Amino acid sequence: MKRAEHLVTNLGHQSLVQFHLDYIQFLGEQSQWVSERPGFASDDWLLKSYEYMVLNRVFDQKAIALQRTGQLGTFPSSLGQEAFGVAIGMALQKDDVFVPYYRDQGAHFLRGHKMEDLLLYWGGDERGSAAGPKQDFPVCVPIATQITHAAGAAAALKIKGQQQVAMVTIGDGGTSKGDFFESLNVAGVWQLPLIVLVNNNQYAISVPREMQCGAGTLAQKAIGAGVHGVQVDGNDVMAIYQAILEARQRADDHKGATLIEVMTYRLADHTTADDASRYRSSQEVKEAWLKEPIKRLQSLLFDLKLWDSEKEKTLQAQCTDKVDNAVKNYLNTEPQSPQSMFDYLYSEWPENMNEQLDILGDKVERMDNHH
Amino acid sequence: MTVAKNLDESENVDAVLLDAVNLALHYEMARDESVVVLGEDIGSNGGVFRATAGLKDKFGFKRVMDTPLAEALISGMAIGMASQGLKPVAEIQFMGFIFPAFEHLFCHAGRMRNRTRGRMTCPMVLRAPFGGGIHAPEHHSESTEALIAHIPGIRVVIPSSPARAYGLLLSAIRDPDPVVFLEPKRIYRGAQQLIQNNGQALPLDKCFTLREGKDISLISWGASISETLQAADVLAQKNISAEVIDVATIKPLDMRTILSSVATTGRCVIVHEAARSFSVGSEISAQVSEKCFLNLLAPVQRVTGFDTHMPYFKNENYYLPSAQDIVASALKTFKES
Repeated sequence: MKRAEHLVTNLGHQSLVQFHLDYIQFLGEQSQWVSERPGFASDDWLLKSYEYMVLNRVFDQKAIALQRTGQLGTFPSSLGQEAFGVAIGMALQKDDVFVPYYRDQGAHFLRGHKMEDLLLYWGGDERGSAAGPKQDFPVCVPIATQITHAAGAAAALKIKGQQQVAMVTIGDGGTSKGDFFESLNVAGVWQLPLIVLVNNNQYAISVPREMQCGAGTLAQKAIGAGVHGVQVDGNDVMAIYQAILEARQRADDHKGATLIEVMTYRLADHTTADDASRYRSSQEVKEAWLKEPIKRLQSLLFDLKLWDSEKEKTLQAQCTDKVDNAVKNYLNTEPQSPQSMFDYLYSEWPENMNEQLDILGDKVERMDNHH
Repeated sequence: MTVAKNLDESENVDAVLLDAVNLALHYEMARDESVVVLGEDIGSNGGVFRATAGLKDKFGFKRVMDTPLAEALISGMAIGMASQGLKPVAEIQFMGFIFPAFEHLFCHAGRMRNRTRGRMTCPMVLRAPFGGGIHAPEHHSESTEALIAHIPGIRVVIPSSPARAYGLLLSAIRDPDPVVFLEPKRIYRGAQQLIQNNGQALPLDKCFTLREGKDISLISWGASISETLQAADVLAQKNISAEVIDVATIKPLDMRTILSSVATTGRCVIVHEAARSFSVGSEISAQVSEKCFLNLLAPVQRVTGFDTHMPYFKNENYYLPSAQDIVASALKTFKES
């Protein structure tokens, strides 16, 4: 049937409001400058970023090897997303509140977390989250829940008049959840000093970005919440850092929160429990390898005469040493007693738990005798 | 609402349960500037029941925050605030709308201390009015305390009088762990009680013995305490001496007080509005039979709501435990012994 002409015209419409979004990139896919070198990106800054990204990758490979040999639990690789974690770690200030999800190893290293603690966490030991800055949240597994905590932390900073920010990470899949929108929404209303970094690595386990959301970008979700949004090249560590600098400035100026969509690619499986070959082509992954962040920064360092193959060899050896040392410490850590599951349940020991602790004591004895 | 106005003028206030909540919030916000209050309609409007009336005028919008209409956010933000040294008291407007907060209670609030080995804690209070009996619309009358009591690391507290609401809310706010504080709205505006507004808290780990007796133990909490006390009066007329225990803190459960009462009386009736199966009453009954079996003169009785949906209000009186129901169940324990 032919549609009536009057239904498809824009009778009575006026332009109400228009939006636009920026994209930030300094370093193109061939490591060529596409924008002027930013002031913060000193030689030292570039070298430090590079060294931490390499450390991240060496750690990542080792963690996967440990899992494959039964010495670590399920582990989420950050392969190809090293610039994301490292830029965040470089940008975080001492008294900021960092609220991570579970793929932020680079940020954790720069935040002062020991590698052996991260291994403890993924190795099934609660003590892995015991250390670290007092105000930082532990790794968060339930998707997007962490973002409401970050909003609360940002509100606390504002209430207490502290000139700091809360920085939170989330994956592309997490942006589909209610907690994501509820948090952005309150950040808009309350002008919270909150920086939300979406690691859009194109996949939520197997579900590709285009099946996650019908919007052209995830950054534009900021607009509906009344906060600033921007998209950046996640294979360019400087672009991510620049976006965070601007977001911090916005927070310092009491202009509220920023949503930064960081365009990365998950070169590895979702976790060691996943097999990505079931849902994406090797050709696609091969193409993504051409854009990966470490190679891109390394080429720049070579161009700037800051790097050579000798330095690369030394760095690789140093990183391997550090990781091997952490692995040794991790594997030599005495296990917690079975009774430790009862620890820290409440601030004070609830007397009514004595009975269950006794039951466990008997069970431990039976199991130990059996062995 | 008289309390908010008269706060500074009198240390002793005649208060209903709702006033007592308001009074405790005022007291603790004045005493401790890390205490903040957040929730839907709690600021300018003073809460739909008026529990937070006067707080925003007195303490300002930075400490008394009207949030967007989002319960997961309210509970999650409370965790975020608590982690940074504040003591948030968040309100969920009705317990029927608490479910988006469950993920945050279970996955974060309850386990933050445990999973960080004590580095990060979660001193927050989540308040919610609950229970039936006020002819409210669908979803406004449920009693789902057992769902929350199942969560490790959380305290669940239910006051049954103005004085206990005042003292228990103060301790809930001061407690270093997350507390879900459920307010029986059927008795929000019940009997007045003289409250000494002196900041005196009540213990969070103890049942309250409201009436001593030697023949039977009646165990209840929340609004049902009223019917339970009425039932004890009726039993007294029949020369049956009933002990009445207000559980008050559902979790962690003070079984010591309950068991020592049942060991003395040999008879036990548990009364609650919540659905019968898998309930807090089930737990108390199980522990009584585990630990008090040889003292029992009759099987434990339960007077409860049904394993149905809470009926719409035209039928709610058939769902809620009445004093007659409690008396009938109590008398059964004498027939069977």
